[in-house]
Amino acid sequence: MPSSLIESYFRSENLPQIWCPGCGHGIITRAIAAAIDKSGLDRDKVCIVSGIGCSSRAPGYLDFNTLHTTHGRALAFATGIKLANPELKVIVITGDGDCTAIGGNHLIHACRRNIGLTTIVYNNNIYGMTGGQYSPTTPKFDKGTTAPYGNIDKAFDICNLAASAGATYVGRGTSYHANLLISLVLNALKNDGFSLIEAISGCPTYYGRKNKKGSAVNMLEWQKDHAVNISSASKMAPEMLEDKFLIGELKNSPEPEYASEYQKIIDKVKKER
Amino acid sequence: MTNNLKLMQGNEACVEGAIAAGMKFYAGYPITPSTEIAEICSERLPVVGGKFIQMEDEIAGMAAVIGASLTGQKSMTATSGPGFSLKQENIGYASYAEIPCVIVNVQRGGPSTGQPTSPSQGDVMQARWGTHGDHPIIAICPSSVRETFDLTIRAFNLSEKYRIPVILLMDEVVGHMREKVELPNITDIEIIDRKRPNCESDEYLPYSAEADLVPLMADFGTGYKYHVTGLAHDETGFPSNSYEVADKLIRRLMNKIEVHKDDIITWEEENIDDADVLIIAFGGVARSAKSAIKQLRDKGIKVGLFRPITIWPFPEKRLRELADKVKTMIVVEMNLGQLILEVQRICNNIIEIDSVNKVNGEIIYPEEIVDKVLEVI
Repeated sequence: MPSSLIESYFRSENLPQIWCPGCGHGIITRAIAAAIDKSGLDRDKVCIVSGIGCSSRAPGYLDFNTLHTTHGRALAFATGIKLANPELKVIVITGDGDCTAIGGNHLIHACRRNIGLTTIVYNNNIYGMTGGQYSPTTPKFDKGTTAPYGNIDKAFDICNLAASAGATYVGRGTSYHANLLISLVLNALKNDGFSLIEAISGCPTYYGRKNKKGSAVNMLEWQKDHAVNISSASKMAPEMLEDKFLIGELKNSPEPEYASEYQKIIDKVKKER
Repeated sequence: MTNNLKLMQGNEACVEGAIAAGMKFYAGYPITPSTEIAEICSERLPVVGGKFIQMEDEIAGMAAVIGASLTGQKSMTATSGPGFSLKQENIGYASYAEIPCVIVNVQRGGPSTGQPTSPSQGDVMQARWGTHGDHPIIAICPSSVRETFDLTIRAFNLSEKYRIPVILLMDEVVGHMREKVELPNITDIEIIDRKRPNCESDEYLPYSAEADLVPLMADFGTGYKYHVTGLAHDETGFPSNSYEVADKLIRRLMNKIEVHKDDIITWEEENIDDADVLIIAFGGVARSAKSAIKQLRDKGIKVGLFRPITIWPFPEKRLRELADKVKTMIVVEMNLGQLILEVQRICNNIIEIDSVNKVNGEIIYPEEIVDKVLEVI
């Protein structure tokens, strides 16, 4: 029996979803539904927009206004929706390849504008849908089907990228730390401007197999062992943080949101006429 | 009436037409020779409560327009040459997912960066087949400033009526030309809005077509929670792996335009009745053709003009009738022969077809058309 959360927010007629056994994406998608549930948002006013890739299939399973767009362009479509109708709560679901490779330009500019989009990047360090090619977040020297001798590209830190480009709320969670993820998405939804949550996911089928990361359970344990909450990190010696990554709320500095700034222009122009 | 009399540029008339049609959203990226359209939109839209956004690239401009249209706002973007190439993937998305929108392409010399400030008609085939896969499209070509105003309104009306991206295929001649125009009274303009559902939300099938083959379109945020995708989809809007569903969808989309051709297609004829020679020209070039015809008629040569206004779909039926009436045809276009391929296909070797072509960035002068006519008669 599905939980009441699943029954209420998922399009159960479209289940089961297409993700592989052991994929972390289902946990992340459930966390988004749980955060929306807690937020008290009017679901008729919620839009979920995605690009192309494994994560981008999520909106098809969620019972809202949903838009599955072209590869990399989710943020640009979402920008049109938000600016045209600021009453809508627009959530973007994207992946590491979709968001930071083909869609990288849209990402930095959506951050810079601080337009009111809540973006959740499912980061599984690989192009899963096309069969395991290295992505901008594949760690250096790790393997993919297009990096048989090891990837020599340096990986993006998606949260640092978003924060420096101007996102006003940034956080990172994992598919292991599901409760943290729910609270991060909830806080991101409360931010009027551009929010980005990086959700570390596991791809046992491609990234895990290519890089001998073990089972799906092993990959979840890796997340548990290598994630350090930012609140504890300040108390730890630098050498203890060497092979770790930070989770939690990484930036929270609200600024005026783009669509409301534009409304001020409309009000000003109309007043002057 | 004098209030409606203006000296206006083609690009400016495009924006005025769009606002008259009810445009409330514009997203784009600066590119010559279409930039004035973005500039004027940025000034005019907030005045009518609409929104303008300059996006980070051409692709994003097209994407934002589709997003805005899904909220129910009439939306437009404008571009030229290289930008039109960049927008193609998302134009295909709009065609497949049936999102109404208007794309203005003020054609310039290509390929590549080409001749940014020079006129061209090199995008005839790109307008039809620029995006991958079989898909329906409408492209219309104005040849004067006033017609740019009228056809921009028509582009919105057609896009709303048939839920299809409509390409207003201008050229640099028409875009940058200034003419005296008398604009119609707003109350005299026919405005068409997309048909929206009024059924219960759980009864709404977003891709179930009505008798006219067009599905009803709900605005995002009005209680009809539905799914839009660029994957093959059935009547529910959700993706499907069924061969039958994919086939049915593409055939319906193509038929949607095919069965309404008579409503969509328009053209202009001049001096056709006794014509031995038929000049086929569209957009800015049709102006040179008209001047050439006047000169030739003064010499007693029986020349007529056929100017397709809708180039996609092409006015096929009428051209075939004319092929039986005239002795020869000359297709005049600022490219090395694109529209002529359609003319040859339609006339299917029943008549001699000649051409005047130019790709150096200069307009085609009336004298060049006159010389060609004198050569072939």
